[in-house]
Amino acid sequence: MAIPSSISDPFASKFLPSSISDPFASSYQPSRISVPVKIEQTQLTTLRRSHCSTLKASMGSPGFTQQLNNNKLETLADVKDDRDDIFNDLKDRFLSFKKNVYMANPEQFENLAKVQVPKFMVIACADSRVCPSSILGFQPGEAFTIRNIANLVPTFESGPSEVNAALEFSVNTLQVENILVIGHSCCGGIRALMGMEDDGNTSFIKSWVTNAKNARVKTKAAASNLDFDGQCSHCEKVSINHSLVNLLTYPWIKEKVEKEELSIHGGYYDFVNCSFEKWTLDYRGTKLEENGRIAIKNKVFWY
Amino acid sequence: MAIQSSQLAIEQLKNLLREKEELNEVVTTKIEELIVELQGCHPHPIDPAQQIIDGFTYFKFNNFDKNPELYERLAKGQSPKFMVFACSDSRVSPSVILNFQPGEAFVVRNIANIVPAFNQLRYSGVGATIEYAITALKVKNILVIGHSRCGGISRLMSHPEDGSIPFDFIDDWVKIGLPAKTNVMKEYEGYDFKEQCNFCELESVNNSLVNLHTYPYVDREIRNKNLALLGGYYDFVNGEFKLWKYMSVVTKPITIPLKTNDLTI
Repeated sequence: MAIPSSISDPFASKFLPSSISDPFASSYQPSRISVPVKIEQTQLTTLRRSHCSTLKASMGSPGFTQQLNNNKLETLADVKDDRDDIFNDLKDRFLSFKKNVYMANPEQFENLAKVQVPKFMVIACADSRVCPSSILGFQPGEAFTIRNIANLVPTFESGPSEVNAALEFSVNTLQVENILVIGHSCCGGIRALMGMEDDGNTSFIKSWVTNAKNARVKTKAAASNLDFDGQCSHCEKVSINHSLVNLLTYPWIKEKVEKEELSIHGGYYDFVNCSFEKWTLDYRGTKLEENGRIAIKNKVFWY
Repeated sequence: MAIQSSQLAIEQLKNLLREKEELNEVVTTKIEELIVELQGCHPHPIDPAQQIIDGFTYFKFNNFDKNPELYERLAKGQSPKFMVFACSDSRVSPSVILNFQPGEAFVVRNIANIVPAFNQLRYSGVGATIEYAITALKVKNILVIGHSRCGGISRLMSHPEDGSIPFDFIDDWVKIGLPAKTNVMKEYEGYDFKEQCNFCELESVNNSLVNLHTYPYVDREIRNKNLALLGGYYDFVNGEFKLWKYMSVVTKPITIPLKTNDLTI
């Protein structure tokens, strides 16, 4: 699928000079086309017909990283400092990690480079305020993490998805001992779920949060006396339990929970009041046939 | 008892590595992995609840309580500048390796940090995150971070040639990265498997960046110069981070038929 780079490129002289200060400006090669043809075709249909133009992705192939190596850019420390703020920002962030964490624990990182043995699998929301490493202090190697909108777990029957793939890997290959689903306050995804209308408009967000529509039904039934914000808060917790039940629809997960090789936990992080609630699924006490109500044990609340 | 038996096992495995120099690479890797796993086995396993309690308590006292203004602001809403796609691998949390504080990065993690192309019928999970990040949060940068020793990429590279039983879900997911594998097999034919996996880890990030561009709102924001797509690669074997930009360029048009002065290129 790679388009061979032509020596005489009719557009070479028409190439717009890069006026943006760009750390990669010196390694830019306009004739290196490495984007698959299909993308060009998709893009061309959205361009106005009067323009005769070509879309080129400059950094498409490992050839570029070789370019970086040829310019002796071994680490990000070599990127010029007087350019682009974002690159400086990311460079500083990584170097701070490298100095304070990586170099401070060489043996641990040497071991981790060989294999990971996390005890937890964590399913959390993509929300920027709720990173499990930050709020629960998971160190490298401790938690295999999935993050998606509203920390949802679709059922086994809903077919392959990125969540199922991660569950399969963490439970069957990595053999984690705990799965923790963490919800949180002011969740945009849950809000979208509660506010969704059947108006025929589709969007990705709607399609995705529909995975938790049972949680919405239960919330509307149990908390109809609360205002919208109150209902959303209630739904955030109901949805966590709903995800826990969905976990049990996976045969290999159910089997391990039955044999007590795997524990399933729910957690709720309230960042308005800074509190954390945690509970464990009580498999023995749960009767799944009764509209998915679960029994829980070991509930704790820290504030 | 447990300490003694696992330490004994570790010693014996280490001896095996030292004495049997002719062991092939697969066996050596396996033995090294076993040693690490045994070293991680505590005689008194850490109670998961206690670990979480300790972690949260540390966060509350050392971070939350010390930054009341920040958290008051965050309680009202989030406005992260970054959206990050990272692998679910326990060793590569973006908050740790790039020191993102709460509120700075909207993070999506999945196996092998893959972004599928725009498809309204499937992959609504990833689609929803991109839709939300761009239309609601208006992030300015999307960073896709690959990493070394990625299990998902390794599976992509080895299956189905290794003849193993397919995984129900993992294989269906990682096959999104097939264009990356095809490129690598062609350009790096003859390299050994581990090196090909390394190249594929990088190439798959590029594949994801190209796929990101197929989302209409991503394309729109790029053309309006409101959004940058960045690729990253965290190599935890050597302690390095690679960073690059995805750029799509529109050149000035040439007029056909060419006038004589246009021939001097």
